[in-house]
Amino acid sequence: MISLQLAGENALILYLSPEISAQHLMQLQYLAQQIRTLVADQLQDIVPSYASLLIVFKPEHSGILALQAMLQQQLALGCSEITQQSQRITLPVYYHTAWDLGQVAQNSGLSAAEVIELHQARDYRVYAIGFAPGFAYLGELDSRLSTPRLVSPRPAVPKGAVAIADRQTAVYPAASPGGWNILGLCPTPLFQAENAGTAKPLMPFRVGDQVRFQSISRDEFLALGGELPQELR
Amino acid sequence: MSAFVVLKPGVVSTLQDQGRFGYAHLGLTQGGPADHRSYRIADLLLQNPSPSCQVEVSVGGLSVVALADTVFCVTGAQMPLTVNGQPKSLWQTHRVKKDDVIALGFAQAGVHSYLAVAGGFRLPKYFGSNSTVLREKVGGIAGGALQQGQFLPVRPAYRSLLFTLPESYWPGFSTPLELGLVPGYQQQWFDTIQWQQLYSTDYKVSALSDRMGYRLEGEPLCCQPRALLSEGICYGAVQLPPEGLPIVLLNDRQTLGGYPKPGAVLATDAAALAQCRQGHSIRFYPVSPHQLHVHQMQLNRYWAELPLMFRSTS
Repeated sequence: MISLQLAGENALILYLSPEISAQHLMQLQYLAQQIRTLVADQLQDIVPSYASLLIVFKPEHSGILALQAMLQQQLALGCSEITQQSQRITLPVYYHTAWDLGQVAQNSGLSAAEVIELHQARDYRVYAIGFAPGFAYLGELDSRLSTPRLVSPRPAVPKGAVAIADRQTAVYPAASPGGWNILGLCPTPLFQAENAGTAKPLMPFRVGDQVRFQSISRDEFLALGGELPQELR
Repeated sequence: MSAFVVLKPGVVSTLQDQGRFGYAHLGLTQGGPADHRSYRIADLLLQNPSPSCQVEVSVGGLSVVALADTVFCVTGAQMPLTVNGQPKSLWQTHRVKKDDVIALGFAQAGVHSYLAVAGGFRLPKYFGSNSTVLREKVGGIAGGALQQGQFLPVRPAYRSLLFTLPESYWPGFSTPLELGLVPGYQQQWFDTIQWQQLYSTDYKVSALSDRMGYRLEGEPLCCQPRALLSEGICYGAVQLPPEGLPIVLLNDRQTLGGYPKPGAVLATDAAALAQCRQGHSIRFYPVSPHQLHVHQMQLNRYWAELPLMFRSTS
């Protein structure tokens, strides 16, 4: 079931059913393509996520309600086959109790070691990229680890923080505010702006790729170029 | 070639053009002028044919020296403006000669001013834009705020006539600021009582407010915690974390987020909010689909007619 709602005066948001699936990713890519063709000259940005597409129009658009009605009528709701080669990559993590590892363990009734074990026990798919440059939303987390976001976001999350929220996990590519539960730190750079305009990729993965975490020691973290934040010095 | 050199960078001064678009899917935020209305008026006064790269002076304290004759103006917050120590009017274009010093004091009302020049500043773009986002370290000069001694080249331009915007058209800094909310996103998650509370609460701007978003303080709005898949956030979106205090997301917002949102405030109101300081009173009011349609028509007319109100001063 697809719905198209107002997001703001210059934006619409298209929703698929609120569940996480690889099928949704393909359907969203197909719909994004269609929307680009239908409203090309009025489009400012299109932001896909797990089960939604934010469609932002230039402020001089022809009227948000007219655009909503037009897209509702014109969007073909079937899904054509879009296939993409997906790659698998491994991200090292220096797990640490300095942040929310203890709280997550307590919430789930597990030990910290069991939380770490479960977090690195499966492959995650890259469902969306956003929030900040190179921030990839990975899913799905083992349901036993599902933890709500912090009641009030932290003003400063350190660079490389590996964190979880509900059944998602992610790595913060740079220091930023954030409301996810931090389990540890990843030394791998996730957004290399210096690669812009070169053949080298900006990010080590794309939407649809598979990611696995692997526990490393403090020494390995430092050897891989990781920087210790204030809390661990 | 015309250019300026930064003598004093002020509290925080950043280069901004219209914003960075087309890269939100990689997580790059829009950036751009926090008060896009004052920014746009500056370009119109200078007869710049397209949105230019300007300096957003936040709080105040910037001074620059001109290396060649040019035309400039300052719009936005009420910041005392001088050229070689002589007071000059905001919302008006002025000529400067080589070695003239343009200085801005500290804002008496509002937060952000726009120092714009005929032709605009010419600097390398980053992902299609000059807009500086300090958190992401992108745009501007090496992703940072302006620093003493930096050289700001200016794109060549025809020497324009001088214009002024009559005072009756200057944006005010009214209290309380009323924000028109366009219901959207998870609007159906909120019941009648919650909507009533949202529209009747007197909020105050929190100290934790910046170009990323404005946090509001007031009576918390209780909402059932519900899991939400992270989704795209538009300019002006209002998010409600479990603590029940709204955050209005602005230019440097995160591109995706997972807190519930009752909708988004009108862009002109979001720009006015960005000019508010800690403690400023804020109220929300609802914008129906019909009112939204009328608002968009009025806005188009406002921008079409505004240049007709300019008075020539040369």
